[in-house]
Amino acid sequence: MLAESLVLAGVIFVLGTLGVIVRRNVIIMFLCIELQLNAVNLTFVAFSRFVGIEGQLFVFFVMTVAAAEAAVGLAIIISIFRHYETVNVNHFNLLKW
Amino acid sequence: MTEVLFFIFAAVAVGGAVGVVMSRSPVASLLFTVATLASTAGIYVLLEAHFLAAVQIIVYAGAVMVLFLFVIMLLNLGHEYRRDIRGNVALIMGFAVTGGIGGLLARQVGSGSAGLETNLGAGDAIDAALREHGAVGAIAQPLFTDYLVPFELTGILLLVAIVGALVLAK
Amino acid sequence: MQAAGLEEPQGAWEPLLPGLIILLPLLGFAINGALALSAARKSADAVRAGREFDFLENGRPASHSLPTWVGPGVMLLAFLLTLVNFVGMLGADLHEPVIRSYWTWIATGDLNVAAAIQLDQLSMIMMMIITGVGFLIHVFSVGYMQDDPGYPRYFAYLNLFVFFMLVLVMGASYPIMFIGWEGVGLCSYLLIGFWFSDEEKASAGKKAFIVNRIGDLGFLLAIFLLYLVFQRVDYVGVFGNAEAVFIYGGPVITTVTLFFLLAATGKSAQIPLYIWLPDAMAGPTPVSALIHAATMVTAGVYLIVRSAVLFALAPLSSAVVAGIGVLTALFAATIALKQQDIKKVLAYSTVSQLGYMFLGVGVGAYTAGVFHLMTHAFFKALLFLGAGAVIHSMHHALHHTHKDWDAQDMRNMGGLRAYMPITWVTMWLATLAIAGIWPFAGFFSKDEIIWMTGAMAGAENAPYQGLYTVYWILALAAAMMTAFYMARLMVMTFHGENRTGSTEAEHLHEAPKTMWIPLAILAALSVFGGWINVTTDLRESILGGFGFLPMSEWLHGWLEPVTEAAHQIQEANLGELAHAAPLGGGEVVWGLISTVVALSVVLVTMRRLGARKVPVAVEDAEPKGFSRILFNKWYVDEFYHRWVVDPILTTSRVLGRIVDAKIIDGAVNLVGNAARAVGWVGSLLQTGQTNTYAFFFTVGVLVILAMIGLQG
Repeated sequence: MLAESLVLAGVIFVLGTLGVIVRRNVIIMFLCIELQLNAVNLTFVAFSRFVGIEGQLFVFFVMTVAAAEAAVGLAIIISIFRHYETVNVNHFNLLKW
Repeated sequence: MTEVLFFIFAAVAVGGAVGVVMSRSPVASLLFTVATLASTAGIYVLLEAHFLAAVQIIVYAGAVMVLFLFVIMLLNLGHEYRRDIRGNVALIMGFAVTGGIGGLLARQVGSGSAGLETNLGAGDAIDAALREHGAVGAIAQPLFTDYLVPFELTGILLLVAIVGALVLAK
Repeated sequence: MQAAGLEEPQGAWEPLLPGLIILLPLLGFAINGALALSAARKSADAVRAGREFDFLENGRPASHSLPTWVGPGVMLLAFLLTLVNFVGMLGADLHEPVIRSYWTWIATGDLNVAAAIQLDQLSMIMMMIITGVGFLIHVFSVGYMQDDPGYPRYFAYLNLFVFFMLVLVMGASYPIMFIGWEGVGLCSYLLIGFWFSDEEKASAGKKAFIVNRIGDLGFLLAIFLLYLVFQRVDYVGVFGNAEAVFIYGGPVITTVTLFFLLAATGKSAQIPLYIWLPDAMAGPTPVSALIHAATMVTAGVYLIVRSAVLFALAPLSSAVVAGIGVLTALFAATIALKQQDIKKVLAYSTVSQLGYMFLGVGVGAYTAGVFHLMTHAFFKALLFLGAGAVIHSMHHALHHTHKDWDAQDMRNMGGLRAYMPITWVTMWLATLAIAGIWPFAGFFSKDEIIWMTGAMAGAENAPYQGLYTVYWILALAAAMMTAFYMARLMVMTFHGENRTGSTEAEHLHEAPKTMWIPLAILAALSVFGGWINVTTDLRESILGGFGFLPMSEWLHGWLEPVTEAAHQIQEANLGELAHAAPLGGGEVVWGLISTVVALSVVLVTMRRLGARKVPVAVEDAEPKGFSRILFNKWYVDEFYHRWVVDPILTTSRVLGRIVDAKIIDGAVNLVGNAARAVGWVGSLLQTGQTNTYAFFFTVGVLVILAMIGLQG
């Protein structure tokens, strides 16, 4: 079960990364980041059966932080949307040289 | 039995992930994400992390995704069906890099899989705790004793996040 | 290194405070210089505040009283100290130079140069001339520069000059001489361009310094070569070992001496570097007297006499020295024939007489060269100071009516003997001396040089016999020209009718006491100064009053310890010198011939020119034909300008505008621009797109994974 879980986690992680790279809608990028976090959680849980309860504890914390991060991130997106009227990441290019 | 269940859940998870990356509508992506999260919760149960499975459903799929949905609705993005995947160059580069990562990860797992389970021992590290305190207690026991400080810090983190979200979105 | 000096010399002579002789003028410079600076500050303040600054408060400004006493005062003290040492040396029968070393100046590796002075007969004679004539000129300057606001600065520079000149002649090694060499060049520049607010005068100063510099290059190269050969550059070391180390007439010694010759032509205004001396007349006249007649220009001759051993070992160089000398003598004399400015005539006369000195030392008559140097110092300083008195008087006269004439142009003078009798008499004595008329100083010195040239032409193994005969003839020709142009100067200035104008003439007056007393002293020296080096043949003949006149060959004997090494080398290689001139006849005969010819030239000139009516400068026509070429100095300056100065200027313009600005700066800018280009390429990474940034994160992760994964 461990190896399969790890492979699954890897696949989900890679798919999440791909989503972050290729999608232009910032909310969907955010969702893909959640996917990545989820994949990492899966890895931790898979290992916790062999290593100890700490794995699951860590997942607990990760979830907490992910929730907080989602809240703040969405708040930021809302305030950006107020300015740009769009969630297309291509338009947020003030950092361009 | 567990294998079959596992593969079903795994398929749903992967399908959901693919759907997230490829779908045109933000709402559709969101729903696919929910599917992935739910199936991951199922896998948690199979991996004897019952508490976490519950938390995953309640908090992650329940609260966070709903929050996402609220924001999508708030910004009135539900009607867009335009393609917003980047151009060919970005796609090729993306595939290349992520394929590379995937390959390396698989290699890692593959090369060690023969010895993984034997090296790590039997999968019974948490059985004793589970039997003694139950599913919730197994996590709560170390959380409130050994790892109390991170727990409290996480509380503060959440407070900061709340305040921050309020301020930013005002 | 100082072995000869540290041991007790034969005469056991202890010099008295020789270092003080050098330091006294330096002290004068410091005091006068400080005074000049404070005076300048006061006047600068006034100018800045817009006030009129009249430095001549109550007729004689406060800033003038101290330099009047300090300037000539330190010179007098230096002269007295030198005199004491001279008398001491007279009685000491010195055969080795006395060297006093004060501290080690350069001590690196092989090279060890001490700050040392060398006292021997040659340096003592030079010191006497420098301090003695220098003192007289300082006194003259008190009167001459009275009304000049730069009075303290003038004396400061003059004292500084004497300091450097003393360093030059008293140094015990070539580097020390070089310090003095450079220093007198500097002071010459400062003093020529003394009235620097006039562009022409400042340019004259620059010209002198730059042309001198070319000579200095030769000096340095010679020192370097000597160091290569000997690993030492002090006189005792070099001259002691020269005969052993150098091959007679070999390439190394010839090169060294030719480089020294280059330096000497620069400093002593010979062909090809004489061009600065006529322009140097832009400075105050006493400066011309001191620097460009009596002392600085003799530095080249001193250099050659000091290096007599080296020149005796290189007959080719000596021939070149003599050749340059006699050519310059003739060349400058031709130019002087047609000059109208009184100072220019004297300037070219100086160049010409320096040519005689070079001729003398070139044929190996080192004593004769020094002798002519000495007598020339007397009569040329006298001539310049006299001209200064004349110019001073003319300035006053023309100033009164604000007439716009050139006070130095001889065509504006005439008949001045009625107004300036003392100046007239003393200048005539100097003219007779320079023309080489018996019994005045110039006769004996010039005669000896010409005689020795003839003797060299007939020497047993002389390598260039025909050449020396030509030199002899040319020297005689130049002597005749000298008599002519000097007589012309005297006639145009002092005789005939006065052309300055009747109102102006009322203000022509004799020079004040501070000015004519030095003239008188120098006149006495010009008359009797030649009687210290008369050969036996002459002494016993009519020219020596058959032995009754108090003449002697003292100078020859005095300088013998210094020149005997060179003379020995010369005798060994060239055999005995002839006792008859190339055209036949002995010393006495040719002495008589030359004095009679010179005297007749003078008399004829007085008669012919005296009768002629000379137009004043503004009315005079442009010279035509050959006179024009002579008046324009054979167009040498124009030639140099076209073929040397302009190419250099063009080259530096090209190098500056193109090579430096475009190529070198371009290369540097290229590096900067390349950096900017690379930076621009790098900036393309900043797209501002989150996706791109995420992509690069992922690439980083990939790399790390690869490193870890592929390692194990």
